[in-house]
Amino acid sequence: MTDMSQPPNSPIGQSLRRREDARFLTGAGQYTDDVVLPGQTYGVFLRSPYAHARIKSIDTAKAKAMPGVVAIFTGADMTGIGGLPCGWLITSKDGTPMKEPPHPVLAQGKARHVGDQVALVVADTWLQARDAAEAIEVDYEELTPVIDMSTAETIGSAVHDDVPNNVCYDWGHGDKAAVDAAFAKAAHVTSLTYHNNRLIPNAMEPRAANAHYTRHDDAYTLYLANQNPHVERLLMCAFVLGIPESKMRVIAPDVGGGFGSKIFLYAEETALIWASKRVGRPIKWTAERSESFLTDAHGRDHATTAELAMDAQGNFLAMRVKTLANMGAYLSTFASSVPTILYATLLAGQYKTPAIYCEVKALFTNTTPVDAYRGAGRPEATYVVERLVETAARDMKMDPAQIRRQNFITTFPYATPVGLTYDTGDYAAHLDKAIKIADVAGFPARKAASAAKGKLRGLGYSCYIEACGLAPSNIAGALGARAGLFEAGEVRVHPTGTVTVFTGSHSHGQGHETTFAQVVAAKLGMPVENVEIVHGDTGRIPFGMGTYGSRSLSVGGTAIIKAVDKIIAKGKKIAAHLLEASDTDIDFENGEFKVKGTDKKLPFGAVALTAYVPHNYPLDKLEPGLNENAFYDPTNFTYPAGSYVCEVEVDPETGKTTVASFVAVDDFGNIVNPMIVSGQVHGGIAQGLGQAMMEGAIYDTGSGQLLNGSYMDYTMPRADDLPSFTVDHTVTPCTHNPLGVKGCGEAGAIGSPPAFINALTDALGVKDIAMPATAEKVWRAANKIA
Amino acid sequence: MNVDISLTVNGRPVTVGVDPRTLLVQLIREQLQLTGTHVGCDTAQCGACTVHMDGRAVKACSMLAVQAQGATITTIEGLSQDGTMHPMQAAFRECHGLQCGFCTPGMVMSAVQLLADNPKASEAEIREGLEGNICRCTGYHNIVKAIQFCQSGAQPAAA
Amino acid sequence: MYNFQYQRPGDRAAAAAAAKAANARFLAGGQTLIQAMKLRLSSSDALVDLGGIADLKGIKVDGANVVVGATTTHATVARSAEVQKAIPALAELAGGIGDQMVRNMGTLGGSIANADPAACYPAAVLGLGATVNTDRRSIPADSFFTGMYETALQPGELIVSVSFPVPQKAAYIKYKQPASRFALVGVFVSQGAGGVRVAVTGAKSSVFRASAIESALQASFTPAAAKAVKLPADDMNSDLHGSAEYRAAMVSVMAARAVEKALSR
Repeated sequence: MTDMSQPPNSPIGQSLRRREDARFLTGAGQYTDDVVLPGQTYGVFLRSPYAHARIKSIDTAKAKAMPGVVAIFTGADMTGIGGLPCGWLITSKDGTPMKEPPHPVLAQGKARHVGDQVALVVADTWLQARDAAEAIEVDYEELTPVIDMSTAETIGSAVHDDVPNNVCYDWGHGDKAAVDAAFAKAAHVTSLTYHNNRLIPNAMEPRAANAHYTRHDDAYTLYLANQNPHVERLLMCAFVLGIPESKMRVIAPDVGGGFGSKIFLYAEETALIWASKRVGRPIKWTAERSESFLTDAHGRDHATTAELAMDAQGNFLAMRVKTLANMGAYLSTFASSVPTILYATLLAGQYKTPAIYCEVKALFTNTTPVDAYRGAGRPEATYVVERLVETAARDMKMDPAQIRRQNFITTFPYATPVGLTYDTGDYAAHLDKAIKIADVAGFPARKAASAAKGKLRGLGYSCYIEACGLAPSNIAGALGARAGLFEAGEVRVHPTGTVTVFTGSHSHGQGHETTFAQVVAAKLGMPVENVEIVHGDTGRIPFGMGTYGSRSLSVGGTAIIKAVDKIIAKGKKIAAHLLEASDTDIDFENGEFKVKGTDKKLPFGAVALTAYVPHNYPLDKLEPGLNENAFYDPTNFTYPAGSYVCEVEVDPETGKTTVASFVAVDDFGNIVNPMIVSGQVHGGIAQGLGQAMMEGAIYDTGSGQLLNGSYMDYTMPRADDLPSFTVDHTVTPCTHNPLGVKGCGEAGAIGSPPAFINALTDALGVKDIAMPATAEKVWRAANKIA
Repeated sequence: MNVDISLTVNGRPVTVGVDPRTLLVQLIREQLQLTGTHVGCDTAQCGACTVHMDGRAVKACSMLAVQAQGATITTIEGLSQDGTMHPMQAAFRECHGLQCGFCTPGMVMSAVQLLADNPKASEAEIREGLEGNICRCTGYHNIVKAIQFCQSGAQPAAA
Repeated sequence: MYNFQYQRPGDRAAAAAAAKAANARFLAGGQTLIQAMKLRLSSSDALVDLGGIADLKGIKVDGANVVVGATTTHATVARSAEVQKAIPALAELAGGIGDQMVRNMGTLGGSIANADPAACYPAAVLGLGATVNTDRRSIPADSFFTGMYETALQPGELIVSVSFPVPQKAAYIKYKQPASRFALVGVFVSQGAGGVRVAVTGAKSSVFRASAIESALQASFTPAAAKAVKLPADDMNSDLHGSAEYRAAMVSVMAARAVEKALSR
C-alpha cells in the first residue's frame, strides 16, 4: 500500500476553497445549453400525451412544409439500429433471465408513457421547431394504462406485447429456509408495509445535448449534460447506432447536477446524433422543465412489506422483505440493478442479523422509466432496516439507541448474510457522538417545552451503512453487470513541471477540480496551483466509468494515485541517473528526489524537465517523457456508515412539521477536503428530507397522467423548508484504497428519510406514516381523523 | 414584426430589434451571449434566471425583453467590477455556497437584493427571502452561511 | 408563445384605444400572463404594455382610504411606510406574494384582473371592502370577483386604481401551498366601519366571504370565536395539497390566527 502519511502543510485534510467557483460565480461556466455551434439547428421532440396508446399513423406533411423546418423523423425512419440497452442482467428465481423488451429510440408502433418520444423535429429556430411539432398529426388508439403496481399482473393490459403479465423479473436473495425457520421460533416479529415514494431528480440544469456530425472526418461530437461520457459513447456506439467509438467524441462540459439522472443513455441524444448526419448541421436540444419531469429517469417507487424477527431480549434473528419495484415503461440503463444488487445486499445494515431473505418483483408500468437516483437502492434498503429497527424498539419497549448497540457488528472484516464483506467500521462511535451532539438527554425537556406551546415533538434515529465506491468488476460481473466498474486516470507532467491529470471521473458539483488536485499535489509535493484536473471529454481522457455510486475519490482517485506512483517510480530512475546513484537508493519526499543517507537531491521540476530534454539520460534503458496512466479495479466496495438524529416539531392544528434539528455523524474514512464533504452531506440530507416531507411523483391511476409535473405541484425543498444541519465525523479509514476514503456523495440522502419518519412517528405516537408526510397526512394522524 | 428597444446591460448600451415574444432571458443569453444567466424551469419558480433591472431583482424568464425598454440591467457577469468579485460572490466562494453552479448566478443576484432590502436579516428571514431560488445541491446550509458572511463584512481568508 | 402585436402606449387614453382591438390583453408586470403565454395556455392578437404609463402607479393615503395605482408593484406596496402605517395588513400581504423577484414586477391590477383562485390580493380587496376604479366606473369588491379567473371587468376595461378603506383592525394569514407558494388557504379579516369582513382565498373556485365566521366575529372578535366555526367542505377545492375537508378546517384555523394578529397590533 502506498504511503499516504502527510507532511504538516499537506493540502490533504484542508478545506481549500474551490477553483471551480471562479467561473461559476462570475457567469463563466459553460453548460451544454451555453454551447453554440455555427449553423446549428434546434431539435424539439413531439411526445405522447397518452400513457398507453397504439400509434396508428403519424402525418408530418403539414409540419414539414412549415417555415424553417429542416427535417422531421419518426420511429419508422430509424431502421437498422438497436434499442437503448440495459446494463445489468438480473436472473429470476426460476433461473430465467429478466425480460428485456425493446427500448426504441423513437416510439415504434406504441407510446408507453406520457412523454414517450414520438417524433423529432429539426428546424432553424427553436420556435419554428416548436410550432411544427404542434402541426404533426398523430392518430393514437388509447389502451388501458398500467399504473398501479399492485394490479399490474392481473389488469389484462400489457405495457410490452411480449411481457403479458408485466413482470420484468422475480428475484430472490438470501437464505429463505433459514429465515423462515427463524421467524417460526421468534419471540417477537415487527412488520411494516409501506411505499418508498417515487421521486423526480430535478437537477437544476435540465438535460441538454448538441450533436454535431462533421463531414471532413466522418465523425461525431456530442456535447451532453452527462455524468459518464465514455460510458455514454460506448453504449450509443456499440449497442444502438453501430458507429465506431473512434469516430465519436462526447464532451460533458459543466453539468448542473446529476444525482444519477444524467448517467443513462437516453433517446434524445441518441436521436440527435443519428439525425445530425442526415441533417448535416449541428442539432441543439435542451429539455424544458416539464419535459424533464416526464423524461428524466425517476427514482425509488417500491412497495414493500418488511419483517424483523427477534428473541425476547431484542436480538435480531432474521429479516424478511418482499418488494414490488417499478421499472416504468422501459428498462433504463441500470434500472434492473437498483432494487436488487444495490438494495438487498444492504439489508444487514449495521447489524449482526444472521439470516436475511429478500424477494423483489420488478414490474413494467406505463410511467416514466425508473433508475438510479442519489443512493440508488441503498436509501430503500436503509428505510427498510431503520424503520423496522426503530419500530421494533418501540414494540419491545427498548431504547432505540440501545437496541441498535446490542445488535451492532463489532468485529471486522464481517461477511454479511447478503453477500458483502464490511472491511472496517465502528458504529458505536458515531452513534455515541451523534447522541451527544444532538443532546438526546435534553429531549424530554424540549418536548415538554413544545407541549406547553401546544406543539408535538419527536426524536428519531437512523444508523445507515451503504456500499459504494462501485465496484469490483468481477463481483459486479458475477452479479449480472454487463460492464466493468474500474476507473482510469492519466497523469501528464509537463516539461516545465506543472501537471495535468485526466480523470475518468466527472464533476458536476463534487469539486473534483479542487480535491483531486489536493491529492496529486500532496503526493508530488507541489503547490496545488500546479495541478490541473481535466474531466468530461472522451477526446482527452483515456477512459472512465464516470461519477455515481460515490466512487470518484475512492476509485477514480486511486487510479490517479497509481498513475502518480508510476510517475514517481520513473522519476526515481531519472533522478538516479542524474545523481549517479542506483535506482533503489532514491527516495521521493516533499517534492524532492534524494539519495538515501546523503543530502544529494533534485527537485521534481528538474527531473521533469530532464524527462523531456533527455540529454543526460539513460536512453538505453528508459523512454523519455513523464506521462503515465493507470486503471484501477477496486477489490471491494467501500462502506461509509453513520448515525443520524432528527428532531421534529409538529403543529397539530395544521399538521405542519418543522425539522427542529438534524445531526449527522458520518464515517467516510479519511477526509481530503472537509468543507466539500460536509457540503455533500448537506445536499444529501436536503434530498432525503425532501423525499420524506414533501416530494413524490403522483400518477393518476386511470389516465396515467403525471399529476404534479411542474414546480407548481411537485414540492421541491426551499431554504425555508430546512434548518441548518449539524454535521460531524468519525474516522475508520477504508482498508483497501491508498487514501483510506469511503465516499460521501449519497450518504445524506440514504440516512435521512428514516430518521425523519422515525422522529415524526415518535411525535405523533403512531406506528407509521406515509412518505411524503404532507401537512394534511400529519394533521389527520395528529387529530385521529381518518 | 420586430420591435426596437434600447437598454443598458452591464454598463453597456444595447440597441436591438427583437421579436416581441423574446423573453428577457433569451435576449441576454442568445443575442448578447451572456450565458451566465440560466434557465432552470418553465413555471417561473426556480430563480436561476434572476438578474437586476433598475436595481431590483427580477426573473428574466418572466418578462418580455420589450418590457426592459430603457432599463438598466445587471447580470451575474456585471456584478464584479474590474475583475474583483462582489462581496457576495466572494462570500459564496468562502463558504462553499455552491456545488454544480447552475442555480448560483440567480442565487447570488437574489442574495444581493435580499441584503440590500434587509441588511440585518435573521437566518429565518434569509431563508424566507430565498424562497424564489431553488438549489438541489447544497441543501441551502452554506448559502445561508455565505449570506451571513457577507452580512458580517468579514474578509475571506487566503485563497 | 404564439405571435402577437406589441404596443406600449404612453398614457391611459392610448391604452384604452389600443385595447379596443379584438382579443387584446393588458400587460402589467407579466408575472402571470407571460407564464401563461409561454405555456401556450393564453394567446392574444395584441398585447398592450402598461409599463410606460406613469399615472397608473403610485400610492396615496387620504385618511379614510389608501388608493393604490393599478400597476404599483407588490414590493412598492410592501415597502410603503404610508401603507404600513395605515393598513399594515395590506403591506404584509403584498410582502408575502410570490418571492422577492415576483414582487418587484407583479402588480395589484394584474393580480385582481386575473383573479387566480389562490391569489392573495383578492382576499385584501374583498376583505377590506375595497373599490376597484376602472377607466369606466367604480366597482365595489363584493361585485368584482365573479368566478374562477373571472371578474366583472368588460373587454378592454382598464383598472386604474383600487381604493382600500382604512380599517380599525385587520390581518392576513396565508397558509402556503408548499410547492407553488400560492395560498392553500388565505384569510383576510378586518374590523371597520362597516363591521367585520372575512375574505378567503385558495379554498374555493373564487375568493369568497365566509359569512358564518363574520357573524361569529361580529358577536365576539376573538380567535376562539373564529376557530369554533365549522365550515362545510362541499364546494371547497380538493387537490394533491389538501382535501376539501382539510381546507375547510384550515379556513377556521387561519381566520383565528388572523384575528389574533389583528388584535396584537
